[in-house]
Amino acid sequence: MEMTQNSKDMTIIRRGNAGQILDFIFANSTRICAVIVLLIIFAMMVSLFIGAWPAFKKFGLHFFISDKWNPVTEEFGALVAIYGTIVTSIIAMLIGVPVSFGIAIFITELCPIWLKRPVSTAIELLAAIPSIIYGMWGLFVFAPFFGDHIEPWISEYLGGIPFLGHLFSGPPLGIGVLTAGIILGIMVIPFMASVFRDLFEVVPAVLKESAYGIGATTWEVVKMIVLPYTKIGVVGGVMLGLGRALGETMAVTFVIGNADRLESSLLMPGNTISSSLANQFTEAVGQMYTSSLIALGLILFFITFVVLAVAKFFLLRLTLKEGQRT
Amino acid sequence: MSQLQNINIRLYKRRIKLNFLVLSASLLTTLFGLFWLVWLLVTLFSHGFQYLDLSVFTQPTPPPGEAGGLANAIVGSVIITVMGVLIGAPIGVMAGTFLSEYAMRSRIAPLIRFVNDVLLSAPSIIIGVFIYEVVVVPMGNFSGWAGSLALALIALPIIVRTTEDMLKMVPNTVREAACALGAPRWKMTVAIVYRAAKAGILTGILLAIARISGETAPLLFTALNNQFWSSSLNEPVANLPVVIFQFAMSPYEDWQNLAWAGAFLITLSVLVLNILVRTFLRNR
Repeated sequence: MEMTQNSKDMTIIRRGNAGQILDFIFANSTRICAVIVLLIIFAMMVSLFIGAWPAFKKFGLHFFISDKWNPVTEEFGALVAIYGTIVTSIIAMLIGVPVSFGIAIFITELCPIWLKRPVSTAIELLAAIPSIIYGMWGLFVFAPFFGDHIEPWISEYLGGIPFLGHLFSGPPLGIGVLTAGIILGIMVIPFMASVFRDLFEVVPAVLKESAYGIGATTWEVVKMIVLPYTKIGVVGGVMLGLGRALGETMAVTFVIGNADRLESSLLMPGNTISSSLANQFTEAVGQMYTSSLIALGLILFFITFVVLAVAKFFLLRLTLKEGQRT
Repeated sequence: MSQLQNINIRLYKRRIKLNFLVLSASLLTTLFGLFWLVWLLVTLFSHGFQYLDLSVFTQPTPPPGEAGGLANAIVGSVIITVMGVLIGAPIGVMAGTFLSEYAMRSRIAPLIRFVNDVLLSAPSIIIGVFIYEVVVVPMGNFSGWAGSLALALIALPIIVRTTEDMLKMVPNTVREAACALGAPRWKMTVAIVYRAAKAGILTGILLAIARISGETAPLLFTALNNQFWSSSLNEPVANLPVVIFQFAMSPYEDWQNLAWAGAFLITLSVLVLNILVRTFLRNR
């Protein structure tokens, strides 16, 4: 009797030990997996830096301001690609921000309830379409249309404006920096519209209702209640969209024309950092060529990192504010 | 008095007019945005249907000028994607578990969350360059494994994020009940919390699959492409996105037509996956 009681105790203790050991194993394997995420980013930075080092060492700071990109003489500079990346993203934001803003207002304030769900779902599904589809559509459908019908008009009427005119002069090729920016803009619309919509829906109904109650119009509610309440988040959302536009590869590569010259006209072909990588990386011969391309990648990584950090900062302040209110 | 009324009425009319203008602008921008997207989908579906036939699924990619299909690319894509998820999902779910269950007082958790967001929004082509440097260069050739790893790195942060969010939605009382019955912590997590959050975790994995099945940029210099059937993941593997890219950029019309068919297939599968996710979440 005593024996069995004793052995029962022992098994319970042993089982407790087994539980502790398994607990230890499980807890630490989750921890290891979490640390893997950290190590990946660290390894990414280190390997990009090592890969880019020969280019940085040879060209120094000159790499950032030189517009030469000549694989034959092995002279490389990042200016053309950085310029293309920034200009296409600016065009994309000029189109994407107002349009997604309008869509978000439409969905949250204007839309009849039965239409709300279909429009929201459509926008979210469109955000999921792979970027290569946008690029391909841009190449086969949009670029020919744009080159035949819009660009001649642009260079005729906008090409004559003093100072800004040279941005819009040039042959109507269809492909080019402007086309790439527009495709990019169309691509970020669904993404940013759903971010904005989520933000606007956070605004407490009580606040909006009290504004409507004292006779405010819909626009006044948006301007004086919704926007001030979500201001910081909107900046964060714009930054997230910008980060996406800066790093986008396939939507741009198809339509930008892969030309490594700095052109003053937006109608001319150019290159972005990501399209240079997509077009040239597998064909790059020689250490300096590859290294310069990796250096471009490092610059892009750094730019998107900074943009994301700024976005996070703004969105974090929004959640802190929310925490205080509740 | 009547003057004051007049001013009020004028002010009121101005406000109404401004409101009308802004709301019309909002409606117009919505139509503008949807116009492009509808245009894109209509061309995609009409071209895709036109060039889609049985040989697309049965024949391998042809040399220019000959008949063929996309069979090797479709199979390659499925294999690379599945391997990518098999690598990424376990690590992602475990890391998400750590952030939700074990990181209450941990100091590295906020850092890991931030780094995960960096990885989530890192340009996918940079991930391709990274894998090229750490896998392709040491191995000496492009390979399916490199492609799978690149896709795993893209799937990983999505899975970490959704797993953490979904586990956090499980009420703490459930955990306390399990602990009160004497369940060790790992058992509580695996048998109780995972079960409660099963649908959510699967949703995250499905979303990750939808995201990586259309990714092109990271495959360009990892999996590369292969005109023939690949016998192992140690060599370049044909995959739909890269085939679409190469065929669409080529001057041959029959290649371009195949690219349309491929683009249609990819879009369709991504949309179907997303709709699955939606119905999944709604039924919960």
